[in-house]
Amino acid sequence: MTLALVLEQLLNGVQFGLMLFLMSAGLTLVFGVMGLINLAHGSLYMIGAFLCAAVAAASGNFWLGLVAGIAAAAAAGALIEILVIRRLYARDHLDQVLATFALILILSEGVRMVFGPFPLYLNVPEALRGTVSLGIVEYSVYRLALIGFGLAVALGLWALIAKTRLGIRIRAGESDREMIAALGVNIRALYTIVFALGAGLAGLAGALVGAIQSVQVGMGEPVLILAFVVIVIGGIGSIRGAMVGALLVGVIDTMGRFLLPRFFATFMETSQAMGVGAALASMLIYLLMALVLIFRPKGLFPAHG
Amino acid sequence: MTPLRMTALAAMAAASLNAAQASDITVGMITTLSGGGAGLGVDVRDGFQLALDMAGEHAIKLVVEDDAQRPELAVQIAERMIQSERADILTGIIWSNLAMAVVPSTVAQDIFYLSPNAGPSALAGANCHPNYFNVAWQNDMLHEGAGAYANVLGYQNAFIMAPNYPAGTDALNGFKRYFEGNLAGELFTQVGQTDYAAEIAQIRASGADSIFIFLPGGMGISFMRQYEQSGLDMPIVSAAFTFSQDILPAVGSAALGVFNASQWSPDLDNAANVEFVAAFRAAYGRIPSLYASQGFDTANLILSAAAKADVNDRTAFREALRAADFTSVRGDFAWAPNQHPIQKVYIREVVEVDGEITNRVVGVAFEEHRAVHGENCNM
Repeated sequence: MTLALVLEQLLNGVQFGLMLFLMSAGLTLVFGVMGLINLAHGSLYMIGAFLCAAVAAASGNFWLGLVAGIAAAAAAGALIEILVIRRLYARDHLDQVLATFALILILSEGVRMVFGPFPLYLNVPEALRGTVSLGIVEYSVYRLALIGFGLAVALGLWALIAKTRLGIRIRAGESDREMIAALGVNIRALYTIVFALGAGLAGLAGALVGAIQSVQVGMGEPVLILAFVVIVIGGIGSIRGAMVGALLVGVIDTMGRFLLPRFFATFMETSQAMGVGAALASMLIYLLMALVLIFRPKGLFPAHG
Repeated sequence: MTPLRMTALAAMAAASLNAAQASDITVGMITTLSGGGAGLGVDVRDGFQLALDMAGEHAIKLVVEDDAQRPELAVQIAERMIQSERADILTGIIWSNLAMAVVPSTVAQDIFYLSPNAGPSALAGANCHPNYFNVAWQNDMLHEGAGAYANVLGYQNAFIMAPNYPAGTDALNGFKRYFEGNLAGELFTQVGQTDYAAEIAQIRASGADSIFIFLPGGMGISFMRQYEQSGLDMPIVSAAFTFSQDILPAVGSAALGVFNASQWSPDLDNAANVEFVAAFRAAYGRIPSLYASQGFDTANLILSAAAKADVNDRTAFREALRAADFTSVRGDFAWAPNQHPIQKVYIREVVEVDGEITNRVVGVAFEEHRAVHGENCNM
């Protein structure tokens, strides 16, 4: 096991974590501001990827596809908020889960009707193909770009929330919904904007990841589960928590998949060790979540301290 | 369900009311029509339906349900199909873990199960059953072909990888049974995994001269896309699943030149296959995958048995299935005693023909191959 390998795996973990952050940021924002559990967040990720693939295939330009993917996911998010979600804020979480689960089924079936059951082709843009040498590590340019994208979005999100008027309203909404409505802020518009923002982030993640994964119906659900793990670890409603949680999950999952089979191979027969190691590695982040919940029941950075 | 198929079903139902023949057969198809594995199930279903349409057959009622690749759901659907639909035959399951959950209890209730895809080793050996027929292959068989061909290609040091479920274990065992070189590394991934960065890093560090993978459906697309961007260029050898027509258009040029083992290929030059490929393209507008060919063969096997025996006479119908009196699109077809095929295993290469990425046959791995687990079956 060389230093280069460990370093490459760390980069992989960080990259995975940052993509999870894009997903969890929207999820946690929506929960923090509106108190809503949105299971359909993964469907918006799927919409971003499909639109990006379709537009990139038609125009031959990935970046055009990326913009289309973000726009489509944000528009779908705004539409869903106005048509469905708006009626759910006053209801309890079980009703929200039921309604947004229905949305998953409707959106998945809708995408299948439009694009068919087979995965779509979406390739990495020309400029970001191949690898680049980072000293001792040879690393994929595209994955490096994903790290850059993730950090840039995190920075932008921080600036938005800390420095702008919209950000002040979002923070105010997080601490006291009734009060900011009473102060004359158009709370309906704010909710739609926050929901569309979260949806756009999910669409961005879907489009970016779609270029190196399979663009297929149902691609959002496995990521959604991880995103929920992230926000539970980070503290529901906290963007900072989502960032820390996402990086923790990304790095621990990647390192677990890499190191656990090797660890078991030191005292077990190889194929047996691979099986046990792989099985345990897939449980690792849930063990982490359980551990965090034991010591910090509200997550690492609870939003409503 | 498409309006066309709905009308077709309604017409079939009406026809069966009129005729009310004793020989009417209800076939329950449990297959994966949603999620990352949807392409495989859709192809099995479409291939099966095409065979019924081509035969103009109205005595077979086909009921299709989506298992969403979830074992517990597949078990529920199977129970429902047997209890409420009164199915005589079940078929359609794509994934070995689902087959292991459904098949043993189904065949024990004196219902036939004809597998158009999954062929877990357990069901080919000690747990073989007179009511269980595998029309496709036992899981290991095509991977054994890949292992044998890796020797021909002169690979010395292979890195091997498969998902952690029964078919993944069968795949690695199958490859290792015939591969004579060393293993640079061996990895189990998660079923449905989408990111392979951690695995690719280990392949890079392993010093392997070649890679063997078994990653069907969306898993294969993700891996190949990421492998292409990793800067690695070791040759890949595989079985047909990871380089099948359902995913080749999405993988794109990254798959070109890969050798993969299969019992079938769209360019196989026998009359039945030429007719099948042309009819499939005309009906669905795409090249069939091996899954479609297996669905097509399964339906034709049922049709051949239905022509000879009444399904309510299980013994006679079983004998009719054992006769395998149908023309398989893969060419020669015969049953081994464990009711899995004895068949030729071809080597295919991924090529581009007229702007479409597809497979063509370039060699033969085994002339008459049968499942090694058959020794443990006492039928």
